[in-house]
Amino acid sequence: MSPGADAPGGGRVYRVHWVPGTDTLRGICHCGAQRLAEEPVALWQWLLDHPRGHHLPTVPAADPTGRQAVPA
Amino acid sequence: MEFARDQWYVAAHGVEVGRDLLARTVLGEPLVLYRTGAGEAVALADRCVHRRFPLSQSRLDGDTVVCGYHGFTYDPTGACVFVPGQQRIPRTARVAAYPVVEQDSLVWVWIGDRERADPATIPRAPWLADPRYAVVRGMAPLDARYGLLVDNLMDLSHETYLHGGYIGTPEVADTPITTEVDEDRGVVHVSRHMDDAECPPFYARSTGIQGRITRWQDIEYHPPCLYLLHSRIAPQGVYPPAEGEDSAAFHAEIVYAITPSTAHSTYDFWAVARDFAVDDESVSAYLHQSNHTVVMQDVAALNVLERVIAAEPERYQELSINIDTGGLAARRLLARLVGSGTVGAPR
Ligand code: FES
Ligand SMILES: [Fe+2]
Ligand SMILES: [Zn+2]
Repeated sequence: MSPGADAPGGGRVYRVHWVPGTDTLRGICHCGAQRLAEEPVALWQWLLDHPRGHHLPTVPAADPTGRQAVPA
Repeated sequence: MEFARDQWYVAAHGVEVGRDLLARTVLGEPLVLYRTGAGEAVALADRCVHRRFPLSQSRLDGDTVVCGYHGFTYDPTGACVFVPGQQRIPRTARVAAYPVVEQDSLVWVWIGDRERADPATIPRAPWLADPRYAVVRGMAPLDARYGLLVDNLMDLSHETYLHGGYIGTPEVADTPITTEVDEDRGVVHVSRHMDDAECPPFYARSTGIQGRITRWQDIEYHPPCLYLLHSRIAPQGVYPPAEGEDSAAFHAEIVYAITPSTAHSTYDFWAVARDFAVDDESVSAYLHQSNHTVVMQDVAALNVLERVIAAEPERYQELSINIDTGGLAARRLLARLVGSGTVGAPR
């Protein structure tokens, strides 16, 4: 399960990982943009607003793929 | 709560449909189901065109249904083939016949514009008709809107509190989940992988595992109707091999079909398929009894919740936390389906 990757079959996939040992959720858009959040409602709003709003001030998260969390 | 039309819904387990007439109301549409002599499942509108008598309260004569009031007789296509006392059968004498597909031991009906019915879009639950699995099943009528059952199944942290002593242990509520939404296929996945968990009685007694377990719950929700829970149970620390069969683990494929009946009632179809102790009748009896109990715990809770919510103003206040991430995703996909269907009843 690699962040930002598309599903087999080419679907757009949104992912939300609950970061183990914390109360934090990490949302990963299909474009690779990421954001941390403390509750799911605002996080879904941010994800589904792709690509609008990806540039808004967020908690920048290191992207393991090396991509930047910027608008696609 | 609105319905998603132009969709396939489970109207019955295959074993429920036979040579007796079975009444089911799906998305507010009354249906009568039966099986022809050749074994084909049929779903007709459950209202006689003459004076609206329910055909389900009537009788079968061969493959035709004879209305129990004045004898209008319908064939499996819904066409009226006999009316009493006269030769001429009015051209409009027919009842709607619903597209039916029997697949994976479930009877699916299409509710909506029949031109749009494509059997290839029905999601699969192959374990239910696979001889390598033993299956127990049931159906519980729920006096609650279907959305409450979707919420319930998408967030299994409730197992710890509502189903303690059956399938719930502390680790279920304590373990973080991963949620994925496949936007194009319209599927929600929620995974909870417990590396070191207490073994609840449901699995201890059925698998014979003593001690702690590695317990994985992988949900796949195919809105609107089909919910799959892939449950992997293994002795603590046992993981699937890099290649080959995962034969050191026990697998239960838990299937729910969530079929809206009316605005405030739902059919809760359930099945548990397992790849272990497949020939052991006592395990089947135990799992049937246990899952029935668990389902009825949900039914009791959701019936209470429905009464509370129905008495409140439309936009009651909720508070969502991390455990609700998957449920929120499911709600959105459902809302999308509600918005895209045809409007009104097909007649
Ligand atoms: S109502 Fe069915 S025949 Fe009269
Ligand atoms: Fe439950
Ligand atoms: Zn994006």
